Amino acid sequence: MNLQFASRISLDGRLARAAFLLIVSIFFAMSYSPAARAQEPQYFVTYSHALEEPGNLEIEFRGTAASPKNGNPFESGTIEFEYGVTGWWTSEFYLSGQTTQNDSTVFNGFRFENRFRPLLHEHIINPVLYVEYENLNEADRSLLEITGHDGIQNYIVPNGIERSITERSLEAKLILSSNFRGWNFSENFIAEKDLNESDPWEFGYALGVYRPLALAASPKDCTFCRENFAAGAELYGGLGDTNGFGWRATSQYFGPLVAFSIPHGPTITFSPNFGLNDNSLSVVYRVKVSYEFQQFFRSVRGVLP
Amino acid sequence: MTAANHFKARSGARRISRGCNAPIRLLAGVLALIACMAAANGSWLKHVPAKDRARVNPYAGQLDAIAAGGKLFADHCAPCHGADALGRGKRPSLRSERVQDATDGELAWMLRNGNLAHGMPSWDMVPEPSRWQLIAYVKSLGPSVPLRPHNHAARSPQDPSR
Repeated sequence: MNLQFASRISLDGRLARAAFLLIVSIFFAMSYSPAARAQEPQYFVTYSHALEEPGNLEIEFRGTAASPKNGNPFESGTIEFEYGVTGWWTSEFYLSGQTTQNDSTVFNGFRFENRFRPLLHEHIINPVLYVEYENLNEADRSLLEITGHDGIQNYIVPNGIERSITERSLEAKLILSSNFRGWNFSENFIAEKDLNESDPWEFGYALGVYRPLALAASPKDCTFCRENFAAGAELYGGLGDTNGFGWRATSQYFGPLVAFSIPHGPTITFSPNFGLNDNSLSVVYRVKVSYEFQQFFRSVRGVLP
Repeated sequence: MTAANHFKARSGARRISRGCNAPIRLLAGVLALIACMAAANGSWLKHVPAKDRARVNPYAGQLDAIAAGGKLFADHCAPCHGADALGRGKRPSLRSERVQDATDGELAWMLRNGNLAHGMPSWDMVPEPSRWQLIAYVKSLGPSVPLRPHNHAARSPQDPSR
């Protein structure tokens, strides 16, 4: 018993030290590492073939808010750490939580994903393979993807019931993406499998288009010049499962988005997403703030004793 | 097994494990060295198609484009290649003869495709006009010169008019 207690204290101490070190590292990196201007399309659901540059760490906060019909309004928050491992491999870790008005605030769990570029040169269509492990309870409201027979009824169940059901699932995506004259066109096909139960494979899709407002940079330092703004749109939704494939009995969304990159600072993106059928939430408001640390570990190594 | 014997057995196992790992580490080291040499020796130039090689920078020599390219360089290139573009560690100098003698089309091809296997990312997400501005800036830096105090001051990379 004492041994268990001691090892728990030791583990807690190690975790606290690791957390402290991480916070100190981020603080120093923010002070000494220059922020990169985010060039990748700032989609909320869709992925393009842009990977994180090797050695760069992007920290991103995503907020989602909606008010389901006959249910309580909710706000979800997800923090994302994206690291460029190599030129062809990017790794990401997410933590999610949500708060529902007149109900409670709950932590939902984590996601761990990896993206790989199998082709090392640019092509007309660039494929990326995506593999993700999710450990989330059913109170998750982050809406980072829609798969299977998602519906508005999922958002009116009280947190107390949903938080007790944890879903461990494996998700794979085929990402296809093209750049043409400043435009990015991305198409994602999603397949997800709950590892706990004998549920069928669930499917979904996401399509995105995105373009900066200016293709050439201005010679002067400026905050509000067109090159710092970009606009786009996303269409995404479920495609049912192996027992019933198709658009019916699932939710579908469409939304424009606008992004603003503050020079040497964060990128802020906003998008209202509109539900396209009766299974969908009427409007989902999304916002994200991302900050990219260039050569993160090199900066930290250079600062710490 | 006593605690002392257990410790000895574990140490022995660790030594054996280290012994087994040694050739693997050596092989990995040799492969990494070859990869770095391949990246540094400009072998990517051989992969540039002729039509890409022949492309001309529409912004070549334009002062506004060079200034805009300088901004982009500071954002995207300086963290790896250095603010002076002379390279950092294994990241090559952009003021080497190889880069400065490369055609605008060759540099445009490299920026678009990157060298993903060797750590150079693709900059295809940067719009093409911005990539040409970047090339105009890199070309304006000229080749590196020996670091003598008076030369260094005269050839500061911040001065695009050289």
